[in-house]
Amino acid sequence: MISELDELYQEVILDHSRRPRNFGDLPEAAVRVHGDNPACGDEIHLGVKFDAGGGLQDIKFTGHGCAISQASASLMTMKLRGKSRVEVMEMLRAFHNLVTDETSEAPKTLGDLRVMKGVRKFPQRVKCAMLAWRAVEQALEQGAGEATVSTEPA
Amino acid sequence: MHQIATCAVDWHAVREDFPILREQAHGHPLIYFDNAATSQKPRAVVDALRHYYEHENANVHRGLHELSSRATEAYEQARQRVAIYLGAANAKEIVFTRGTTESINLVAQAWGGKFVGAGDVILLTEMEHHSNLVPWQLLAERTGARLRFVPVLDDGTLDLEQLPSLLTNEVKIFAFTHISNSLGTINPVSELCEKAHAVGALTLVDAAQSAGHLPIDVQELGCDFLAFSGHKMCGPTGIGGLYGRAEVLDSTPPWHGGGEMIVTVTLEKSAFKKAPHRFEAGTPNIAGAIGLAAAIDYIEQIGRPAIFEHDTHLARYAAQHLAELPGMHIFGPTKQRGALVGFVMDAAHPHDLTTFADQYGLALRGGHHCNQPLMRRFGVPGTTRASFYFYNTTEEIDRMIEILRDAVRFFS
Repeated sequence: MISELDELYQEVILDHSRRPRNFGDLPEAAVRVHGDNPACGDEIHLGVKFDAGGGLQDIKFTGHGCAISQASASLMTMKLRGKSRVEVMEMLRAFHNLVTDETSEAPKTLGDLRVMKGVRKFPQRVKCAMLAWRAVEQALEQGAGEATVSTEPA
Repeated sequence: MHQIATCAVDWHAVREDFPILREQAHGHPLIYFDNAATSQKPRAVVDALRHYYEHENANVHRGLHELSSRATEAYEQARQRVAIYLGAANAKEIVFTRGTTESINLVAQAWGGKFVGAGDVILLTEMEHHSNLVPWQLLAERTGARLRFVPVLDDGTLDLEQLPSLLTNEVKIFAFTHISNSLGTINPVSELCEKAHAVGALTLVDAAQSAGHLPIDVQELGCDFLAFSGHKMCGPTGIGGLYGRAEVLDSTPPWHGGGEMIVTVTLEKSAFKKAPHRFEAGTPNIAGAIGLAAAIDYIEQIGRPAIFEHDTHLARYAAQHLAELPGMHIFGPTKQRGALVGFVMDAAHPHDLTTFADQYGLALRGGHHCNQPLMRRFGVPGTTRASFYFYNTTEEIDRMIEILRDAVRFFS
């Protein structure tokens, strides 16, 4: 077996892509973001409900796409539930570094998300890993209603 | 090893003409199955480019010196070579462009701008590459013309029963692909051209996937325009062409303005050259045209009938063995297909499959292949595509099957 492949598709990632967690509609969502990766056809529909302090009380997603995009969304929703706005934005930055920066040490705060580290060896797949994160970023910015976000800005 | 009884080409020896085929990718021998995107280049083409730059390089049509004469002669000989290759009656019917996309944009904007108006219909098919769709959308938006589409059947062929209701006398042009870049469907070009002409419509054939793979005779096909790319047929990138029937091309106004395409210029007004130079503003891709002519010479040395037989044999062989893999769905016609196979596997998304294959040196393409409407038609976000050329072998296909079998194990 090839190590870079094994690192990209760690068992945890394959498991999350086969059985994504927090997969489904969130009826009481305050904001719904449709995320789109037109280059691949990956899609994610993210529903977010905020608590009184503006933190992420609940977060769920549906969608389809490659193993990386679906596992990334699944792992992200597990990690972000209950986090404050500031924590989410910090984690977004840390995660982006994790999947793009060859030199970045995976910070402990990322926890399980660190399994996505292998993506950094596959620059073409960064957009797949970031799709769910772009959607959650948009959800925070938007605050309410519906929005769309694309990995290929028009 | 596979043999073709009817032809004497030593296909394994042909590989020696392509130095890049000795490359390794991720530590494995390269298997290049992305030929529908671009083909590799034989040494003869690279040598021709080098020879041009070392012995003939100058600007064309305007220098009165020796090198300019050499460059002009080589450039116009290349045009002649393309004309013969496509069966055009005259070299004046060949315009050099950057490739298929630019050729189609030329027709849509220059010819379409003059001859297509509000209420007219532009007939396309559901299987068109974005390059034979978007230029027409832009024209329709500008002129108020309407777009119509010939539907694609589940087997990947055009629904020709719908043609009589679509191909009416409102249609000004019927533009369609010769070979689908996702499905491998080979469309009945002559039949479609004949039917279009019967209602007074012109025809444009997108030959991007066919020009390097099978014999083409524009007069036999009866098309008015034919667009192709050099880089998909052993030639350099950035060069391709447009065939336009003389009468049609002569009636088409200029597209880009600039040097090279004019006869006289005053501050207020210019008089333009005749086709094809009217459509070649600025310094053309001289080296590219010469490289393209070398590519044509190379292809003709092998022979297009032999290439077509070999290519399509590879595609049939691949389709047959891919079908043995679990959870495999193959798109496109089963009876006759061009040199490619598009498929989806239950075990993995096309991008995961392509990433996996790449790690074993196997270059496949995963995605929508610039065919987003067609992918929607088949209800998939994308496919994985293996596309072949004459230097590929059945051994390489056997290796692909092994790698995909490993991928099924890996992802399941």
